[in-house]
Amino acid sequence: MTALALPRVLARRPSRGVLLIAALAAFLVLWVVLRGLHTLSLGASQLTPLHHAVNDFNDALGAGRNTNPLFLYFFNEIRLVVDEFVTFVQAVIAQPAFGRPVPLIGWLGVVAIVGYVSYAVANWRVALPAAAGFAFLGLQGLWQESMDTLALTLSAVVIALLFSLPLGIWAGLSDRFNRLITPVLDFMQTMPTFVYLAPLTLIFLIGPASATIATIVYAAPPAIRFTAHGIRSAPHDTVEASESLGATRRQTLVKVLLPAAKRTIVLGINQTIMAALSMVTIAALIDAPGLGKTVVKALQTLDVGTAFNAGLAIVVMAIVLDRVTTAAGARAERARLDTRPTSTLVRRVVLIVGGALTLVAVWFSTTYLWAAEFPPDVSVGPAIAQAATTVTDWVQTNLSPVTGGIKDVVTLVLIDPLQMLLTESPWWLLAALVVAVSALIGSARAALVSAACLLLLVGTGLWADAMATLASTIVATAIVMALGVVVGVWMGRNQMVDRVLRPGLDAGQTMPAFVYLVPFLALFGASRFTAIVAAVVFAAPVAIKVVADGIRSVSPTTVEAATAAGSSTWQLITKVQLPMARHALTLATNQGLIYVLSMVVVGGLVGAGALGYDVVAGFSQAQLYGKGLAAGVAIVLLGVMLDRLTQAAARRSQ
Amino acid sequence: MTRDKWVRAVRQKVWISAVAAALALSGCGGAKIGETSSQGGSGNCGEFKIAINPWVGYEANAAVLAYVAEKELGCKVTKKDLKEEVAWQGFGTGEVDAVVENWGHDDLKKKYIDEQKTAVSAGSTGVQGQIGWYVPPWLAKEHPDITDWNNLNKYADLFKTSESGDKGQLLDGDPSFVTNDESLVKNLNLNYKVVYGGSETALIQAFRQAEQNKTPVIGYFYSPQWLFAEIELVKVKLPPYTAGCDADPEKIACDYPDYDLDKIVAKKFADANGPAFQLVKNFQWTNDDQNLVAKYIAEEKMSPDAAAKKWVDANADKVKAWLPATS
Amino acid sequence: MAAPPELAEPTTTVKTEPVISVRRLWKVFGPKAERVPGSPELSALSRRELMDKTGCTAAVRGIDFDIAPGEVFVVMGLSGSGKSTLVRCLTRLIEPTAGEMVFEGEDILAADPRRLRELRRSKFSMVFQHFGLLPHRRVIDNVCYGLEIRGVRKADRLERAQEVIDLVGLGGCERSYPDQLSGGMQQRVGLARALAGDPDVLLFDEPFSALDPLIRRDMQNEVIRLHREVGKTMVFITHDLSEALKLGDRILIMRDGKAVQSGTGEELVGAPADDYVRDFVRDVPRADVLTLKWIMRPARPDDVLDGPEFGPHVVVREAVRAVLAADRPVKVVRDGELLGVVGHEEILASVAGEG
Repeated sequence: MTALALPRVLARRPSRGVLLIAALAAFLVLWVVLRGLHTLSLGASQLTPLHHAVNDFNDALGAGRNTNPLFLYFFNEIRLVVDEFVTFVQAVIAQPAFGRPVPLIGWLGVVAIVGYVSYAVANWRVALPAAAGFAFLGLQGLWQESMDTLALTLSAVVIALLFSLPLGIWAGLSDRFNRLITPVLDFMQTMPTFVYLAPLTLIFLIGPASATIATIVYAAPPAIRFTAHGIRSAPHDTVEASESLGATRRQTLVKVLLPAAKRTIVLGINQTIMAALSMVTIAALIDAPGLGKTVVKALQTLDVGTAFNAGLAIVVMAIVLDRVTTAAGARAERARLDTRPTSTLVRRVVLIVGGALTLVAVWFSTTYLWAAEFPPDVSVGPAIAQAATTVTDWVQTNLSPVTGGIKDVVTLVLIDPLQMLLTESPWWLLAALVVAVSALIGSARAALVSAACLLLLVGTGLWADAMATLASTIVATAIVMALGVVVGVWMGRNQMVDRVLRPGLDAGQTMPAFVYLVPFLALFGASRFTAIVAAVVFAAPVAIKVVADGIRSVSPTTVEAATAAGSSTWQLITKVQLPMARHALTLATNQGLIYVLSMVVVGGLVGAGALGYDVVAGFSQAQLYGKGLAAGVAIVLLGVMLDRLTQAAARRSQ
Repeated sequence: MTRDKWVRAVRQKVWISAVAAALALSGCGGAKIGETSSQGGSGNCGEFKIAINPWVGYEANAAVLAYVAEKELGCKVTKKDLKEEVAWQGFGTGEVDAVVENWGHDDLKKKYIDEQKTAVSAGSTGVQGQIGWYVPPWLAKEHPDITDWNNLNKYADLFKTSESGDKGQLLDGDPSFVTNDESLVKNLNLNYKVVYGGSETALIQAFRQAEQNKTPVIGYFYSPQWLFAEIELVKVKLPPYTAGCDADPEKIACDYPDYDLDKIVAKKFADANGPAFQLVKNFQWTNDDQNLVAKYIAEEKMSPDAAAKKWVDANADKVKAWLPATS
Repeated sequence: MAAPPELAEPTTTVKTEPVISVRRLWKVFGPKAERVPGSPELSALSRRELMDKTGCTAAVRGIDFDIAPGEVFVVMGLSGSGKSTLVRCLTRLIEPTAGEMVFEGEDILAADPRRLRELRRSKFSMVFQHFGLLPHRRVIDNVCYGLEIRGVRKADRLERAQEVIDLVGLGGCERSYPDQLSGGMQQRVGLARALAGDPDVLLFDEPFSALDPLIRRDMQNEVIRLHREVGKTMVFITHDLSEALKLGDRILIMRDGKAVQSGTGEELVGAPADDYVRDFVRDVPRADVLTLKWIMRPARPDDVLDGPEFGPHVVVREAVRAVLAADRPVKVVRDGELLGVVGHEEILASVAGEG
C-alpha cells in the first residue's frame, strides 16, 4: 500500500523524513486493523512442502552417494583429495601415523619450526613470543587438540590460497570478472558460518574433510578480495611506466603489480588464516577434531573451566598466527630499508644455525618420547580451568538477580513490542513497509533487492520465524551501535583507552562464542535476550573499532577549528566528530548487523528460538533437515537484504 | 652497530648452549619412540569405529565399550563425535561401525535398516530411557500435586517468564530429540507456552539453577542422564502412553513411550562378526551403571578412559560376560 | 603589439623531415566515442555541450603538429587541457579515437601489439609526473627495468644502467630504494630509466611539477644539459609557462583539448593568437624573451640613422644597455637591409612589461 503510494508522493518531493514517518504511521494504522491476519506462522514441528521436498532430496542424495556419477566422479573425488591432504598434515603434527604411536613431528619440533619460521618471515621479537605461545598450548594440556586445529587450519588455508590467489589476480586485472565475483564473495561472507555446515555434510559427509571444505569456502573470500584490491590499487603511474617501456601484460603483472600488491596480499592471507581458524572451531559440530571439539564437549557437562581453557588456546593460536603473518607483511618493508651489510650477515648466520638447530629439534621430536609428547605433569590447564570456573560461579551467584531484572525490562520494552509488530502483521503489509523504507533510506535498487528477498523469505515457509529473528537482530544491532558509539568515541578520542581496550576486543572476537554461553545461560536463562547478549558480545568489538577509527580519521584541522571556535567537548563530539564520521557509523551498523546475524544460530542454542533453533534442530533431526536448510537460506536472505540496505544508506550518507 | 654486536654475541651464546644441551640430551635421550610399545592385548580385532553421540550417558556406554575393546580385545578404537542422524549415515559409508545407545528413532531404523540395509540392530543395552516433563525436586516437595498434569494449569503463573508472556513456560528443546510438546500443550488445554532452549546445555543449566536458587521451572528432559546423579528431577505424570496414541503428531495427548535403548551397528560390521561386534552385541548393563560412569565423566571430570577403567575394575564379572567366547 | 606579418609566420611545420607527425588527432572518452570526430556537428560542439549531449568527454580535439629531429617540443596548458592525454596518445598508452600519427615514416596507429611493444622498448621513453618507480626495487634495478623486459643480459644491462646513472648524476645511490631518495633524485631515476633504453624520443609528462621550485630549476637545467649531450628529440608537457619558454624550441598551447597557438616562445609572447594566450603570457618578463624584431619600429624620417647596428634576433635584454647608452635609435639590420629602429622609448616599454 505504502509502496504503491510512494511514486506519486515522491513526485512532489517532500523530505524523506516526512515520508518515512508517513510510511510508518500508515503501517501502524493498518497493523492495528489487520493484526493477526496472514501472519504465515508455522509450528515448531510443522513442515511445508518445500521442507519435505528437501528432506526427500536429502534422502535421495544419501541413497545415491555411491552410484550417482556426480558423486562418484566429482564430490567423492574432491573429498578424497582433501581428506588425503588433511590426513597427511595431521599425521605430520597431530595424529599418530606411519605406524608410530605419535605424530611424525612432536611438540619440540613444532615449537622449533614455529620459532624458526617466525624468525625467517619476521624477526626475533615475533619469533620468541610465537614459540612461547605454542609451548603454552602444550602447558595447557591441549597439545594434540591444538595441533589438530592447526593442521586443519593450515590445510584449509593452503587449499584456499591455491585457487583464491589466481582468482584474486584475475579479479584484479579484469573489471568484468571483478564485477561478477564481488556479489558472490559478498554472499559467501554474509552467509552465517553454521549454514554451510548442513549442506556440506550432505555432500561431503562429516569429519575433517568436510570441515576443511567448509573452512575453505569461508576463508577464501578475504584472500580473493585483498589480492584483487592490491592489484587494483597498484600505483597507476608505475603500471603506466612499465607499459610505456614496452612490458607485456605478463611482465607488468609479475614485475610490477604483484610486488606492489604484496603487502595487501599478505594482509589478505592473514585474514584468510583468521577466518579459517574461527571456522575450524565451529566445524567441531561436524566432527572436526581439535580445540573446538573440546569446547563443545565441555559444554555438554556445563564445564565452563575446560571450555575456557580450550577457548584460551584458540585465542593464543590466533594471536600467534596473526602476529606472525602481520609481521611478515611489514618485514619486507623494514628489511629493505636496513641496508647495513652487518645486520644482513647476522641474520644469515642466525638463519643457518637456527635451521640446523630446528632440524636437530625435529629429529629429537621424532625419535624421543619426551620431545614427541608434551610432558603431562607440567600442565597449567587445570589451574586455568579452575580459575575460570571460580570466576563464573561467583558471577552466576552474585549477579543473576540483577541480570534477570535487566533481561525482563529489555524483553518487555524492546523485544516483545517489536517482535509483536513484525510477527503479527500481515506479511504483505510488513513487506510493503520494508520495501518503502528501503527506497527511502537506501535506493531504488535496495528496494528491489528487499522486495526479492522478502518474496523468497515467504517462499522458505519460515516468514514468522524470520520476522522474530529480525526483531531480535534489530534490537541486538541497536545495542551494538549504542556500545559502538559510546566506547568507539571514547577510544577514538583517547589513544590510551584505545591501547588498553583494543587487545581485549580482539581477544573477545577470537574466543569462540560457545565458551561464554554457559555463564550467559546462568545469568539470563534460556531466552531471546541471552541470544542477543551473545550476539552483542560478538558484534560490538567490530562496531567499536570501526567507530573509533572513524572518529580518529576526522581531520585534525577541523577539530582544531571547532575547538578554536569555543566548542565544548560534547558539542565537539555531537556536532563535529560524529557527523564527520557518519560514514564510519553506517559502516559499523552494516558490520554490526552482519556479525549479529552470524550469531543467530548460536542464539538458537540458548533460547532464541525462531530461525536459529530451526537451523540447530534441522542439523540434528532428519525430519527437520529441510526446514533447517530453509532456515539457513532465510538467514542469508535477511543478511543480503540488510547488508544491501545499509550499504545503500551508507552511500546515500556520503 | 654496537647493539648489533651485542645481539649477535648473545645469540651465539644462546646457540652454543643450546647445541651443548642438545648434545648432552642425545647422549641420555630418554625413552625412544617405539621402544616402549604398550599396545596391550592380543587378538585380531582390527579397527573399531564407534560413534559418540553428544550426551554423557551415551559417552559412558562408549567409554566402557572402547576401554574393554582396547584392553581385552586389542582393538584399535576410533571415536567419532557425531550427531545421531549423521552417525547413521556413517554406517553406509563405512565411517561408523556402531552406535551404542539409540533412543527409538523409528524413522532412522526404517531408512537405514529396512530401506538402505546398511545397518542392523544389535540388541538392548539394558538401559531404560524415559522422556517427559520434569520439575526440580524442591518444587515437587513444596507442591506435591504439581507432578500431575491435571494440576499444571493451577501453577501456570509460577512458571511465567519473559519468554512466555502471561502463560507458564514449558522449557523445551534439546534439538536432537523429537518433541510432541506443542501438541501436548494444545491437546491437554494447558495454559503454557513452549519455549525452545535450543540445547541440552540450556536445559541442564535451567534445572541446576532452579534447584540451587529454589526457583520454579518445568521442562522437557530425559533419563538416564548424568544430571540425575546430581539432582533427582521429578517426572510429571502425563496421560499414560498406549500403543498408537502418538500415531498422529497433531493429536497427541499422551506421555512419551518408554524406550528400550538399543545398539545399532553397520551391516558390514555385523556380517564380519569380529570380536568387537561380539562385544557390542553382548554389552548390557543398567541405568545405575550408566549413571555412575556418566557421573565420573560429567561431575568428577574424569577422562572417559579413566572413568571406564574405574568402573571396569570394580565390575570385572559383568565385563567378563560380554567378552566373546573364544578369547 | 603588432609584429611585422612577414616575420610572425607560423612555425608549425618544419622544413626538415619530421620525426613525429600528428594530424587531426582526437581522443574522446565515453560511450560510442568513435562517432564524435567523424561528425562535423558533434565535433564542433564545446566540451560541455558534447558532455550534455552524448556523455562523452573530448580530451584531445583535432590536434596537428610536427616535431623535428633533435627538437624540444613543449605542449603547454592548464590542467584539463588534454595535454597529458595527448602525450599518452603518442605511444598509444591511451588509444587515440581518430587521426594519424606517423613516426619515422611508420604509421603508429597501424602497429600491432607486438610492434607497438618494440617501438616502446626501443624508440620512445617516458618520464612521469609522479615518477612511476617500482618501490620494491633498488635504483639500479629500476633503471634496468626497461632493459630487463627486453631480455638484455644481466651483465650488459647493469653496465648500461651504471652509465646512465652516472650520466644523470645518481652515482652512489644505486643501492637505495626510491622512497629513500628526495623527489628530485627520484625523478633522476625516472630520467635514467628513460635514457637506459637509448630511445629516439623522450616524452616528459609534467616531470617536475611535483618538485620544489629550487629542485625544479636544477632538473630543468639537467634536461637542457642532457639535451645538449645526447641530442634526443623531446616532447615535454608542462603547465608552467616559464618552464616551457626555458626548455622549448617550440611550444604548443592547448586549451580544452584544442591547439590554441603554436610557435616559438617569442612568437607566443610577441603575438598572442587570442586573449587566452595573451592572458597567459602577460607576466612573462618580455625583455628576456622577445628579440629586437618584436619591438622595433619603422624608421621615421626624423630618425638619425647612424647608431649601432643589431641583428633582429638579439634578445631585448642584451640590447638594453647599448640602446640606452646610445643617444640615437639603434638600427635593426638583416643582411645589410634596415628592418627598423629601436629607441629609448621602445626599450623602456619592453622592459617595463608594457606593449
